[in-house]
Amino acid sequence: MDKTLASPNAAVADIPDGARLMIGGFGGSGAPIELIHALIDRFRETGSPGNLTVINNNAGNGAIGIAAMIKAGMVGKMVCSFPRSSNAEAFNERYLAGEIELELIPQGTLAERIRAAGAGIPAFYTPTSFGTELAEGKPVEEFDGKMYVRERWLKADYALVKAETGDTVGNLTYRLAARNFNPLMAMAADRTVAQVSQLVPPGGVDPETVVTPGIFVDGLVEVSEPQQEEVLVRAGVVY
Amino acid sequence: MAYSKLTNAQIAWRAAQDLEDGAYVNLGIGFPEMIAKFQPEGRDVIYHTENGVLGFGKAPKEGEEDWDLINAGKKAITLNPGASFFHHADSFSMVRGGHLDLAVLGAYQVSRNGDLANWRVGTKGVPAVGGAMDLVHGAKRVAVVTDHVTKDGKPKLVETCSFPLTGVGCVTRVYTSLAVVDIVDGHFVLREKLAGLTLEELQGVTGAPLHLEGDPADLTVPDLD
Repeated sequence: MDKTLASPNAAVADIPDGARLMIGGFGGSGAPIELIHALIDRFRETGSPGNLTVINNNAGNGAIGIAAMIKAGMVGKMVCSFPRSSNAEAFNERYLAGEIELELIPQGTLAERIRAAGAGIPAFYTPTSFGTELAEGKPVEEFDGKMYVRERWLKADYALVKAETGDTVGNLTYRLAARNFNPLMAMAADRTVAQVSQLVPPGGVDPETVVTPGIFVDGLVEVSEPQQEEVLVRAGVVY
Repeated sequence: MAYSKLTNAQIAWRAAQDLEDGAYVNLGIGFPEMIAKFQPEGRDVIYHTENGVLGFGKAPKEGEEDWDLINAGKKAITLNPGASFFHHADSFSMVRGGHLDLAVLGAYQVSRNGDLANWRVGTKGVPAVGGAMDLVHGAKRVAVVTDHVTKDGKPKLVETCSFPLTGVGCVTRVYTSLAVVDIVDGHFVLREKLAGLTLEELQGVTGAPLHLEGDPADLTVPDLD
């Protein structure tokens, strides 16, 4: 078995219009910039994929990554917990103009809904958001004297994740706090592709240190010395 | 009587005096983060951040940032010995699962039964909630640091919150620019107030009755710049 893909372009070549797309990362850490930019290249050349639903904690920063996807007009809907970052003008402009839809989810509920999808659990109860406007219309139930809100799993067609080291059968490790949503999203999509800073043969990742087991990963592409979102934003890079 | 209200640094200092040795603590983005600066000597506190780090330390020097190592406010951090990384679902398991000893948040309003409004003031603009609605559930103590009144002098400690809620009945203690107030059985209970402030004056800028359990102590804080 070898899940290696030839290039970032090859990794995103079959994502269709209207796909639900999970993209790993939190703020500037752990974002698979090269995979996102390959997707933007494809959209600019072919007009596809458009009308994407993007699931990420934020709604893009600066003029690269998810923000550049929004600017390019590929995103119909964002599903996130915190779209109002300091450099989120790309999303803000389209949202306030009514050109992009937003599903706002508390951060821990977003993480758990993704985890539940990966674990085959269609719904769960959480205390988070009980009694708030974000729980309106959701079933509630009392357990041991406390009220909880029922939340559904959150699945995707594709997940794009960034990892530090991967072996060719898909086992992944992450770098520092760049782990964040990546292992959860890898579990929750029909097809998961990872960009890794180092691609090694099977046995090159110590089984004791594997964070995402290869069963959750369908394809990997090596991007050595990947770009870092926060560094790009601070440098004012426009993609 | 004359008094001058506490600065944000002084409110943070007072809240820091209640940090317990060995506690696992989440400090909300912004004002609550300042509490770590005043952590008393000799107490070991392990700080949690929602994006998946336990045991982070001070900010790195300028130019030494590694932007893969950030906190929930997207600021660069460093690690203390014994730190750990984990994914987002584990991170919020620590929050909701009752594993944190203390979470501290800011507030627009706190009601007398402990409802918190701190994420949105109206319907305009782009809404953003982040982890606030999660953080108010599960920590053994959920505290708020805030000015006692709004910029135009209206009470922030109120009978019922008029702004959208973050959580219901979740706050256990409020550190304000004038007082320290606990929430007990649906009431504000005054624990400390500035010495130069009368009970009547304090009640006059508080939107719900302040109950007493014995005499409130003086709220005494050092001069900080």
